[in-house]
Amino acid sequence: MAPANTQQAKIQFGYRRHPDQDRPGQSPAEHPVVIVGAGPVGLSLAIDLAQRGQRVVLLDDADRIGEGSRAICFSKRSLEYWDRLGVADRMVDKGVVWSVGRIFHGEQQLYQFNLLPEDGHKRPAFINLQQYYAEAYLVDRIQDLPAIDLRWRNKVTALEQRNDSALLTIETPEGAYRLQAQYIVACDGARSSLRQMVGAEFAGQVFEDQFLIADVKMTAEFPTERWFWFDPPFHAGRSALLHRQPDDVWRIDLQLNRYADPTVEKKPENVRPRIARMLGHDKFEFEWISLYKFQCRRMDRFIHGRVIFAGDSAHQVSPFGARGANSGLEDAENLSWKLDRVLRGASPASLLESYHVERSMAADENIRESTRSTDFMAPNSHQEARLRKAVLSLAKETEFGKRMVNGGRLSVPCSYDSPLSSRDADAWHGGPSPGCSMLDAPVATRAGEQAYLTDLFRRGGTDFTLLSFNNGAAVDAPDGVKDIRIGGEGELADPQGLAAKRYDAEPGSAYLLRPDGYVAARFRHPTAAAIAAALARAEGLN
Amino acid sequence: MPLSTSSNFARPDDAFRAIVEAHRGLTDEQSADFDAALVLILANHIGDIDVLRQAIALAKRRMIDGQQQQQQQQQQQ
Repeated sequence: MAPANTQQAKIQFGYRRHPDQDRPGQSPAEHPVVIVGAGPVGLSLAIDLAQRGQRVVLLDDADRIGEGSRAICFSKRSLEYWDRLGVADRMVDKGVVWSVGRIFHGEQQLYQFNLLPEDGHKRPAFINLQQYYAEAYLVDRIQDLPAIDLRWRNKVTALEQRNDSALLTIETPEGAYRLQAQYIVACDGARSSLRQMVGAEFAGQVFEDQFLIADVKMTAEFPTERWFWFDPPFHAGRSALLHRQPDDVWRIDLQLNRYADPTVEKKPENVRPRIARMLGHDKFEFEWISLYKFQCRRMDRFIHGRVIFAGDSAHQVSPFGARGANSGLEDAENLSWKLDRVLRGASPASLLESYHVERSMAADENIRESTRSTDFMAPNSHQEARLRKAVLSLAKETEFGKRMVNGGRLSVPCSYDSPLSSRDADAWHGGPSPGCSMLDAPVATRAGEQAYLTDLFRRGGTDFTLLSFNNGAAVDAPDGVKDIRIGGEGELADPQGLAAKRYDAEPGSAYLLRPDGYVAARFRHPTAAAIAAALARAEGLN
Repeated sequence: MPLSTSSNFARPDDAFRAIVEAHRGLTDEQSADFDAALVLILANHIGDIDVLRQAIALAKRRMIDGQQQQQQQQQQQ
């Protein structure tokens, strides 16, 4: 989406010739998996697969991490995933932590919300971090993982699908070569060239209103919160968003009308007065200015033969809700363990179909949410504008009106209605149901050491895990399934009772967690047979 | 719960009259603004998405029926 003319290199990488390029054309090198696109999704997926013992070739057509106004908000869920990949600490240390948002109408605050109002979670609701930092930290992590072969300035120019593999033609500064792979994962962004090569449509809705996005550098006293205005005094009749990033950089989104001329509106001398009105001063410098029309669209199928699509290549949303990069990272965590099992022969290839089922469900939810937000900000008709006006005026004095004001519904993990889930057979009054993401909670070791459930889950590599609450009839986890036991005679205590509360646990309750931290099944009184059946289902074995 | 279409007011004329009077003296534009707010307030009071959807369907159906009647009358003329 970013215009290339103002794009500057933030970090430069070198092209290096690889021995694969010396192979004769008729016998190309064979690899289990080739990932195309070294953005946050491709980099994270490569790390995850490598940690699971897979060799990965990661191709990128550029040789630098670009600057520009791309993703800035990374969700709790993404940070928990990055924890498993060994990069979350750096992200959080550099990032700006936030959980509070405020919505204004005119000069008046309508309401504020807190996205993580409770304690006892390792990671915050969100951090803001420029995408180039996230990518740089992921690339650094890859240096520790010799199983990943990251090749810059390797541009895929052709794809040939075969029965049990795919053949890529790759252009480099030293000419073309070919690679054969069992699976290709296309993480090559909204303008995916792989998507064009498989001939898939990318249909959806284009929003007519234009949005000006500026990253400005300034020292300011605004709190670290997400501020959203409808009809602000500095930008009458439109909406505006202010968000803090590291290094004293602030993200500003201003809604423009659909007829605004991008080349005129983008000129710094035209942007400056608008932003000065917003900030009340003009002591700021521009890092980046661009104009967007937002789109919400998705591929019909995320898997085409041997090519699997993840992130923006498969689905695109408007930015109000932080559902772009975060949903791409959820794609990576959903795909990684499945692809690993299929490549190892531990699960049939049909397990991959659940990636399409689950993540296209998530894409629909993300598109629905971000479409609703964008429509609320930019009403399509007089009557839509009238209904919005009614909501905004009712929000001043009613709670229901506040709840209807839609200035962006921020990314939370989707709940999957999944073929891998086993339905509840017992009565539950809370806790994550099958198809939902695990919840974090604080626990303590017998030695009194503090820990978090998400940490215990990732320790020793993430695999299927039986999380059980004892003091009841404990059942051993099946072979190859990790065991986390809380309470009872076990190593871990639940001093605040938060783990039991968040999981609606009674003595003996147990949750079977998938390697991506989603609940596959849960039991009030687990038996070895019931757990084995749920495990087989979640592994795609029946 | 299904949408209730039986008469719920002891004095239906009072209810109709209250709404009519609320519109007195308003321009069409103001009336439309008023209706938008009133619909949202009542929808929230009902608080049941299924009932709301049935109400929307009923209102839409009346519009379609009304259009058809108009067309038929025009044809007869």
